Amino acid sequence: MLIFTLKRLLSLGLSLIAASVVIFVVVEIIPGDPARLMLGINATQDAVDALRSQMGLDQGLLARYWLWVSGMLQGDFGISYTYRVPVVEMVQGRVWVSLPLALYALLLSTVIAFPIGIIAAAKRGSWADWLVMGGTQLGVAIPNFWFAMIMVNIFALKYQWFSPGGFPGWDDPALAVKALTLPAFVLALPQASILARVMRSALLDTLSEDFMRTARAKGRTAKGAMVHHALRNAMIPVLTIIGLQFSFLLAGAIIIEKVFFLPGLGSMIFTAITQRDLIVVESVVMLLVFAVILVTFLVDITYALVDPRLRRRP
Amino acid sequence: MKRAFSMPGFAIGFCMAIVFVAAALLSFFWTPYATDGVDIVNKLRPPAAGNWFGTDQYGRDILSMLMVGARTSIAVAVVAVGIGMGLGVPLGLAAAAQKGSLIDEILMRGNDLVFAFPALLIAILITAVFGPSAVNAIIAIGIFNIPVFARLSRGAALSLWTRDFVLSARVAGKGALRISVEHILPNITNLLIVQGTIQFSLGILAEAALSYIGLGAQPPMPSWGRMLADSQTMISFAPHLALFPGAAIVLTVLGLNLMGDALRDLFDPKINRER
Repeated sequence: MLIFTLKRLLSLGLSLIAASVVIFVVVEIIPGDPARLMLGINATQDAVDALRSQMGLDQGLLARYWLWVSGMLQGDFGISYTYRVPVVEMVQGRVWVSLPLALYALLLSTVIAFPIGIIAAAKRGSWADWLVMGGTQLGVAIPNFWFAMIMVNIFALKYQWFSPGGFPGWDDPALAVKALTLPAFVLALPQASILARVMRSALLDTLSEDFMRTARAKGRTAKGAMVHHALRNAMIPVLTIIGLQFSFLLAGAIIIEKVFFLPGLGSMIFTAITQRDLIVVESVVMLLVFAVILVTFLVDITYALVDPRLRRRP
Repeated sequence: MKRAFSMPGFAIGFCMAIVFVAAALLSFFWTPYATDGVDIVNKLRPPAAGNWFGTDQYGRDILSMLMVGARTSIAVAVVAVGIGMGLGVPLGLAAAAQKGSLIDEILMRGNDLVFAFPALLIAILITAVFGPSAVNAIIAIGIFNIPVFARLSRGAALSLWTRDFVLSARVAGKGALRISVEHILPNITNLLIVQGTIQFSLGILAEAALSYIGLGAQPPMPSWGRMLADSQTMISFAPHLALFPGAAIVLTVLGLNLMGDALRDLFDPKINRER
């Protein structure tokens, strides 16, 4: 288990380095001088040069890459070109909207998908199964931002059960959770549909295994065999999907934030794009990619915990 | 093909999808109204006899906009799937032919790396650099598709490489390249068609999402996603603006997914028997 973890850690590190190189190179392609951009068209060449050296722009490509990466490792994400405040400060306020939203959606997706998938598998071919299969097919096809607009129109504007948008902050956790509920539900729906289908087919696969018949033969009830044997063995594909979903939810949160006017990383990144505030784009994308890679790593470790057979896999 | 149409899922999905392809093609020659003019007198009309789906805030006919928008969605998704297949399949086949080699390792690690960037993040990076446009949306979705096809074709090819007919081809003196093209590729076509259908529907969803947040098609190019973005502030008094483009996306994607699922069942006899 230790060697397995170390190997995964190594690959985590390599992925991070590769991702940072990709992001850095892509942003480096951009023509234009950030120092000139910050100071405006009327600045003297001396002032621009001074700022350039202050920002480290006069150094070589490798040196700048190292500056960027080593800065991030110490929690310094650079200074926004437009707002002249450290990117870290800008991120800090917003990450506590986007991250809880994605996690909340992940929770909802799992909570919705598990029972639905299990019922569909246990009662395969019944009307409940057909309903689940049809409903999930629809759930995958609906663009969640459109669904969000409809939900806002019905539950926020017409019935006023939820606020149509905005975020009150975490001072009152109950209010904050309430503000995130509708967005998280909308975000979770397509993922829950996928997860329920995966859950169903993974369970159907294990239900036909020999060990299930053995379990029944030694006197386990259908329910007991399902809970103790089938579910655990079906967890591998389900965990894979949950891990993959986190990255979709994190990216999806950026879109859903727009529908609900949530002050998360999404609105920040879009403002930064229109203002060509590249250091912000660069850092936020790196942060999101880091989150995705980290979750993949955690899922890999969880696999090995759930299924000891996988620990020997390279 | 005949067998495919005897499956209800495929037949229904095919009918749904073909309506939108037909609408897109028709829009090149004819739309009920012009989509590039402004007709303020007739703005925000609810659905009625003259305009079946109503008009938008500039008085443009929604049905005509949807038809032209279908063009954008389909074009973006088709080209993005083309990029994914065109680059992903050769990469996957090459990796499978050289299994365990350095090339295989590099290709697969590269794949994992691209997987760490959700399509939206790729799009954000690209638009931050080159500015938002439909072309950049295509590139972003296309890049995202590459590892999907590479992984799929590598996995499928690996199991084919152990088969006897590949062995006999090797005995006959064929090289890895010829075997990949002549023996492996024809045998994974079914899988590629199924995955292609699914990526196609995902591409339509992705294009809509990117256009909705302003990173995809730019005005005046009609796009379902942008129509939804424009409708957002008017949804309470003109719900038809949001209803029809959304429904168009749902029906197209649903149709493609039904087709994909039916084809998968058809091509995979194991699933056919068991489920």
